[in-house]
Amino acid sequence: MNNSVTNTARLLGAGLRALLVLTLVCGVLYPLAVTGVAQALFHNKANGSEIKVDGKVVGSSLIGQQGYSLDYFQPRPANGLGTNSVNTQYKLILSGATNRAGDNPELIKWVRETKAKVVKDNSTADYNVRPSQVPADAVTSSGSGLDPDISPSYADLQVHRVAERNRLSVAQVQKLVDEHTEGRVLGFMGEPRLNVLELNVALEELVAKG
Amino acid sequence: MSPELAGVLQLLALIAALALAYRPLGDYMARVYSSDKHLRVEKWIYRGIGANPNTEMRWPAYLRGVLAFSAVSVLFLYVLQRVQGSLPGSLGFASIDPDQAFNTAASFVSNTNWQSYYGEQAMGHVVQTGGLAVQNFVSSAVGIAVAVGLVRGFALPHSRLRSSGGTPIRTGELGNFWADMVRGVVRILLPLSVIAAIVLVACGAIQNFSGIHEAGQFAGGSQQWNGGAVASQEAIKEIGTNGGGYFNANSAHPFENPNPFSNLFEIFLILLIPFSLTRTFGRMVGSLKQGYAILATMATIWLGFICLMWWTEFAHHGPAFEIAGGAMEGKEQRFGIGASSIFSISTTLTSTGAVDSFHSSNTGLGGGLNLLGMQLGEIAPGGVGSGLYGMLIMAIIAVFIAGLMVGRTPEYLGKKIGTREIKLAACYILITPALVLVFTAFAMALPTPANSMTNTGAHGFSEILYAYTSGANNNGSAFAGLNADTPWFNTTIGLAMLLGRFLPMVFVLALAGSLAEQTPVPATAGTLRTEKPLFTGLLVGAILIITGLTYFPALALGPLAEGLAT
Repeated sequence: MNNSVTNTARLLGAGLRALLVLTLVCGVLYPLAVTGVAQALFHNKANGSEIKVDGKVVGSSLIGQQGYSLDYFQPRPANGLGTNSVNTQYKLILSGATNRAGDNPELIKWVRETKAKVVKDNSTADYNVRPSQVPADAVTSSGSGLDPDISPSYADLQVHRVAERNRLSVAQVQKLVDEHTEGRVLGFMGEPRLNVLELNVALEELVAKG
Repeated sequence: MSPELAGVLQLLALIAALALAYRPLGDYMARVYSSDKHLRVEKWIYRGIGANPNTEMRWPAYLRGVLAFSAVSVLFLYVLQRVQGSLPGSLGFASIDPDQAFNTAASFVSNTNWQSYYGEQAMGHVVQTGGLAVQNFVSSAVGIAVAVGLVRGFALPHSRLRSSGGTPIRTGELGNFWADMVRGVVRILLPLSVIAAIVLVACGAIQNFSGIHEAGQFAGGSQQWNGGAVASQEAIKEIGTNGGGYFNANSAHPFENPNPFSNLFEIFLILLIPFSLTRTFGRMVGSLKQGYAILATMATIWLGFICLMWWTEFAHHGPAFEIAGGAMEGKEQRFGIGASSIFSISTTLTSTGAVDSFHSSNTGLGGGLNLLGMQLGEIAPGGVGSGLYGMLIMAIIAVFIAGLMVGRTPEYLGKKIGTREIKLAACYILITPALVLVFTAFAMALPTPANSMTNTGAHGFSEILYAYTSGANNNGSAFAGLNADTPWFNTTIGLAMLLGRFLPMVFVLALAGSLAEQTPVPATAGTLRTEKPLFTGLLVGAILIITGLTYFPALALGPLAEGLAT
């Protein structure tokens, strides 16, 4: 009996020492080494790919923002986004999805209402949006709630509205959209997209130039 | 180019990359676990542990090593979370409550990485990087070690006699647990992770130790996000088929998975070791063809599931998706439906559980595929190590079924599958279904657990079935509408994860010991040729039938009811 207790204690001791040594290797040395390389070679990316306008940070090119006025291109909905409920000394963005199923009544309602709003917002005096033109990404929330991108068809749909509200020609705004459309990586990875923040920053420059 | 075609091309690129890595990595891993030499850094580590890496262990000693190391790990991780509030470098985050701390500790040590917490608001740098990420390494190294133990059970004694050069061999020895675990970390997981982490940073994943970061918003106001060692954790999260995200949105979060290339790269990392281990297996048992047969079985199921997922997701049945014009709910625009489907199948057919799209918003049948993928036991290709040993257990069952058909004592890789072996294999395949179904039944029967559901009806039931399936199979993904941060779910899922990880390991190692004690029998004309396509077909059939019979009633109440109603 005594013997087996001693053996167990010895084994647990070895386990603890193994864990501590490997914590040093995998939990301290490894992340520090990667951080060193990352900060030296990819300083901006490693720190969040921030975008500056006139020397002021206006966000990260990777993190979508909510709350643009209708003068600007609109991002995807983010109904799954939250604010932190613990450690409330901070106002952190809490990434997340809605997790609603296809037959969930709330999701059906959201999609319906958003679709009607997209049609209404983007129809101008000389341009009528048909509901069938609205792409899926315009009426659904992304997985992270932070999707920085929209599809080219959703951007195209917004061109007339953005042009009218900023007193620009449709051709000017369409050109801006075309310039900012990123195709699939190497022609086949992912989906075509436009970064909403970068697009709106460029739009503001265009408006300033007149 | 249509999204469907882009999806197919991405799959082909993925297969090509995996095929390129298969031989060199598989052979390298076989050398790692067969070599007699110790690296200098490994010798330092052995000195720190106080263990002699040359001591041969029989299965009970090997198992005691696994259990002692894992028990200490659970306790350490639990304490680390409980004292977070007083630890420096924790952003001032509060300590984690006891039930959630237990759940999280069980989750990361069992290679599950189920998360009932929100990463960005709950876990500071010390717990994430010094606690959770460390378990990402060691829990996967333990998984590979156990798989290697089983492979040695098949390979011994003949290959050992060759390499040991004169030292007397006793039968039934499986190797040294400490040496296998340390080598897995030092020679396989760490080098791969360093490379992968730097690739991910180059794509845009963050890697820093700054605190909470406040940035002005173009749209007005400001936003706060966490800094952290994200890329380094992301790398091992995928390579070790762990899956616990730094952020709540996991690999859908742009800081974890910034662009379409990083997405495909992460899928590659998830599948890299599990597929390549079949080469290691073939190498170690002295017949590469046996490894190819296992590989073919895994690949057949994996490809079949991806095609089914594409079919249902592109067809987007379900009222909300039909109004929207596509199943983009819970999916990122940069990945789209094609790549998200490959990711979600790869993560649920391995024990990863990382997600780049949210499975609860898949179509009814799509979510059912995710569930069924885990219920197969995560063996196609499965978690690092656990996929291989799970598949070898199924191979034993398939050999046994074939033996019954012709009335012969079955044998596999020259070892007789007798009463003892088949009992152990049967126990193995019964554990996880028992855990899943019993816990789900209790959760449904009790009055309060159902309050955690976000969706009602069939999908609400699926949320709970998914939670226990994910826990007991050590996956970690979720139908995340379920509010799992309640004492009931934290405790029961925590238990399901621990029992679902370590009980099967007991049977695997006992089986390995029993096989290692046997003298191999020579193959005769009556021996089932387990390296042939016929056997691969038999194995695929056995897996699907056994899982189907076990889970069909539960699946019929959940995803099938939902999928067929729309």
